[in-house]
Amino acid sequence: MLLKRIIVCLDVRNGMTTKGIRFKGNIDIGDPVVMARQYYEEGVDELVFYDITASAEGRRLFLDVVERVAEQIFIPFCVGGGIGSIQDMRDTLLAGAEKVSINSQAVKNPRIIQEGASRFGSQCIVLGMDALRDPAMPSGYRVVINGGRTPTERDALEWALEAEKLGAGEIVINSIDADGTKEGYELPLTRMLSEAVQIPVVASGGAGKPEHLADVLIEGKADAALIASMVHYGEYTIPQIKEYLSTRGIPVRVVPPLRS
Amino acid sequence: MVTIGIMDYKAGNIRSVMTAVQYLGAKGIISEDPNVLQKCDKLIIPGDGEAKAVMEVLNTTGLSDFLREYFNSGRPILGICIGCQIVLEKSEERSTPCLGFIPGEVVRFPQQPGLKVPHMGWNQVHHEHSHPIFHGVPEDSPCYFVHSYYPVPRFEEHQAARTEYGVSFVSAIKKENLVALQFHPEKSAAPGLKMIENFIFHC
Repeated sequence: MLLKRIIVCLDVRNGMTTKGIRFKGNIDIGDPVVMARQYYEEGVDELVFYDITASAEGRRLFLDVVERVAEQIFIPFCVGGGIGSIQDMRDTLLAGAEKVSINSQAVKNPRIIQEGASRFGSQCIVLGMDALRDPAMPSGYRVVINGGRTPTERDALEWALEAEKLGAGEIVINSIDADGTKEGYELPLTRMLSEAVQIPVVASGGAGKPEHLADVLIEGKADAALIASMVHYGEYTIPQIKEYLSTRGIPVRVVPPLRS
Repeated sequence: MVTIGIMDYKAGNIRSVMTAVQYLGAKGIISEDPNVLQKCDKLIIPGDGEAKAVMEVLNTTGLSDFLREYFNSGRPILGICIGCQIVLEKSEERSTPCLGFIPGEVVRFPQQPGLKVPHMGWNQVHHEHSHPIFHGVPEDSPCYFVHSYYPVPRFEEHQAARTEYGVSFVSAIKKENLVALQFHPEKSAAPGLKMIENFIFHC
């Protein structure tokens, strides 16, 4: 049986993991390579690293982080932030990432999804989408870009379907309304997209306690749940979360000890 | 030190295979040159990819002939993902004739409501026959899969493991000195590393 994935997200700025609330204000919380190794050993199923630096120097530090992570963890990881060209994708994949995530750049230039998928395979291309509740949109959600600051004319559901058609292999749907609130994922949004597309949907934004993950994996029909601050500050550990999900009947990966 | 040839045919992320091999204390050599790979003690056919494109590369570069010779020489080969598909006779993926080391074919997951294809994520691997690659690896260990097609070996004796996803499919195959895994051991945490370690030191 295919297991539900728990994905930990690390925002990286100038080589350090950082955390912001509703895209405002950031504090550094640790070395991403050390944190990645720790989450790997705790049994996280996948990791995502977002480059939130804008400078060329920050970009170099970031790719260095990606390379050092790849040497130490033996699970899939995805890299996003600042990827706007085939060359960016290639650099990131060569640095050791399994997948690349494109967000604002894909909205500005949807063809990059198609080009990336045909060049590297759909399994590599993740569409990251930030969505904001908006009753004026057909699905009730509007796509926003540039870290949630800039509204677009795109409808979230239509964009998900278009991205799938263009060759995206997975969608990470981040609710701007829920992000940073720790009050739970945006269930209707997640469920709507999960039911509409054939590719896996990863829920993002709003996780504050293990019950929220159970809700989005069951009611939201997500294939995976993305978390960050829940585990970054030691409030919960990956094994605690997985144990809770197991008691709710959700199939998760528990690694049995190796036999000699 | 054991040298492990990692065949480079421009498919997928072979760096992670190299990293795992080095991490486990063996010498990995990434190459597309049969003369270089020929000198390696063991060979890994890694990678993601599409059967037709992969076979075209192998056939035009002489790597197909090299692989046949290497297989016949009796030295150990580990296929990963697409490397677990091209060793059969043919693939349904754009009707592609493959290497034919193991009798059988490669088919696509059936269309079923709610069954997402590709099969992507962690899923349990159930051992069918004992094989040195699974030594010390717990039964039903979750491993990481990314694929839309799976191998269907003609003979039961060539099945090494099975996994459930809509159907029960063969997720590892074996024949003589060849073992091939449909999942990515290099991305499957401790159980996957154990399999690569077993291949390096015990196959």
